[in-house]
Amino acid sequence: MQLTGAQALIKSLEMEGVEVIFGLPGGAILPVYDPLIDSSIRHVLVRHEQGAGHMAEGYALATGRPGVAMVTSGPGATNIVTPIGNAHMDSTPLVVITGQVATVAIGTDAFQECDITGITMGITKHNFLVKSAHEIPRAVAAAFHIATTGRPGPVLVDVPKDITQSMMEWWYPTTIEELDLPGYHPVVDLDDERVNEAISLIEGAERPVLYVGGGTLKSHASAQLLAFAERTGMPVVTTLMARGAFPDSHPQHLGMPGMHGMYSAVTAIQKSDLLISLGARFDDRVTGKIPAFAPHAKIIHVDIDKAEFNKVRRADVSIRSNVAAVLEAWDAATVTPQNLEVWWKEIDAWREAYPLVYDEPVADGPLRPQHVIESIARAAAPGTIVAAGVGQHQMWASQFWKFEEPGTWVNSGGAGTMGFGVPAAIGAKAGRPDRIVWCIDGDGCFQMTAQELVTARAEGIPIKVAILNNAYLGMVRQWQEMFYEERYSEVYLSPDLPDYVKWAEAMGCVGLRATTVQEMHAAIATANSINDVPVVIDFRTDSTEKVFPMVAAGASNDDIMVHPLQRESK
Amino acid sequence: MNTPEPFLGVTSHAPVRHHILSVMVENKAGVLARVAGLFARRGFNIYSLAVAPAETKARFSRITIVVDAESAPLEQIVEQLDKLVNVVAISDIAPKDALERELLLATIKTNVDSRTSLLDVVGNSGAAIVDVDAGSVTLMLAGTPAACDELERELENYTTMELHRTGRVALPRLGKAATATID
Repeated sequence: MQLTGAQALIKSLEMEGVEVIFGLPGGAILPVYDPLIDSSIRHVLVRHEQGAGHMAEGYALATGRPGVAMVTSGPGATNIVTPIGNAHMDSTPLVVITGQVATVAIGTDAFQECDITGITMGITKHNFLVKSAHEIPRAVAAAFHIATTGRPGPVLVDVPKDITQSMMEWWYPTTIEELDLPGYHPVVDLDDERVNEAISLIEGAERPVLYVGGGTLKSHASAQLLAFAERTGMPVVTTLMARGAFPDSHPQHLGMPGMHGMYSAVTAIQKSDLLISLGARFDDRVTGKIPAFAPHAKIIHVDIDKAEFNKVRRADVSIRSNVAAVLEAWDAATVTPQNLEVWWKEIDAWREAYPLVYDEPVADGPLRPQHVIESIARAAAPGTIVAAGVGQHQMWASQFWKFEEPGTWVNSGGAGTMGFGVPAAIGAKAGRPDRIVWCIDGDGCFQMTAQELVTARAEGIPIKVAILNNAYLGMVRQWQEMFYEERYSEVYLSPDLPDYVKWAEAMGCVGLRATTVQEMHAAIATANSINDVPVVIDFRTDSTEKVFPMVAAGASNDDIMVHPLQRESK
Repeated sequence: MNTPEPFLGVTSHAPVRHHILSVMVENKAGVLARVAGLFARRGFNIYSLAVAPAETKARFSRITIVVDAESAPLEQIVEQLDKLVNVVAISDIAPKDALERELLLATIKTNVDSRTSLLDVVGNSGAAIVDVDAGSVTLMLAGTPAACDELERELENYTTMELHRTGRVALPRLGKAATATID
């Protein structure tokens, strides 16, 4: 069967089971958009290529399947660089197709030419520049294989226009060998010796902590984690990237560790004698000052990526594996730590002394942002998916929302990409239309990518957006208040400019505003009653609210600052 | 002068914590850029780098990289390299187990007085004259990095017009296995 390269590209995506592409056409990718008309694959037409990338990420985080984005060459390609970098930091499986100028024009500074494989070399797991139509199926199949195996990540496939316009005899790789990846071996057999070494550490542990990272979600190990944690009785902390991997309602769950983590989670790690890292990478937002991090703990480090071992903290035992396989092996050996009663007594005392708190809500406003999030969460259907931008609202969302299952928390962790929330929420909803999707956003973030609500309305993707409008770049404001002697530099945004309600309405969404507690509850109820169009609520929140607990950047986790309400008692 | 600079440190093979990585890569466009880019963005220093098709000529190339194990732990450098999809295998050769060779080419200004003594230097060092004209001589030495260093020092007594070294290539000594990481 003779196909054009463009037809082969679309057919290859169909072979990979792609159900939705987030994209925006342009000159160099034009040939590929023609056979798309006849394809079963849904295309979501974004308003900016950054939106396409974050939607693909949101889709991937909510469904566990790779997200797919397609854009044109030059500025189309550079506009999606931020999502690619974001996905690389958070190990999110993504396949990005970019058009490229014709092969004869490459290197001539042709119209809309850019070296996107060169630009993204450091922020993709791998990338391809396809040199013939015959190679398109191999490149696409290899891209999906690489993106989804081992430590997942973004893969970019750059396809010149003359390649998509030329003819090829259709074929598709059916074996790994045909992908021609002699240097790529993402999976190894579990090393029994290491598993057993870890077992003896666990058996000797009196103060163990399960330090659960995003790799636990990526390896779909939540069920194994629950079984292992319950059998051993060990406390669990879930990092920002792992929220939802272990139910927040579970009594063994201490919550999130790190810079804005729960006091009990941070302190339990500090006092632990054994830290079992499950797909976590000792990020500086978790460790604080590295030499002071968990100083008495032996480390068991489980990761599919062996380059993570000893990168930040030397491990006593490192096991290269997906998380699920190790937990199963430990469970099969019925490993148990020492009696943890004393340990739990200490932990429970920390939990009791320093729960999450915030100042009493004021009926007439301004609203407490934490109260807004709790109120949305209380009124939300079980299984609601929450996306966030980056900043204070993201930390509060992670703290105050109670996550019970994987795939319900969609956020930008490693890169900290402002503007992630709205498009990521749209992508999540496109992938899980059966779920309610809330985006908890900040006013600064919202202004970066809000135009994608036009996409959401046009494509029938009814997300709900809560803007915690404190009229500031809140996290920067918090740092300036705390560490720059309240010298506020370029952080004020105004609560009224833009008018978020009018803006939402102009984009075909329902726009609501809430300044009092009563209006807040009413707006949430209204939003929950609307399921055909996107809803945006402008919550007017108190700009002086700060995120606590907090470990200052570079400080030891021992120097955690609790909420001012708790400082008297400390 | 105490700390040799990456790439520019051709004259300095004083005892430093260098390690030799023999890296088998797919012979594809852009692979060298991937390797060099990885070193740059992770802050790993390269002393020298040599690349050419390997014994299985069409498919693979061998890159010999002398790395500065002070800029980052060797383990991190190897593991990060190993993650590059186009990197097929990495052999870490400890300096004492390595057969290292390097090629030096130098064009030296000569006159009647200096030519005789230069020929002595050439003879003693095992170098060879590869080109001659009325006022200059181009010589070549294929030898250990130390031999190349030694020749360079000898040549300081002459006027060097151009000098170029390839950076070293290395194989493990017979009977000394490299610590191989087969990806």
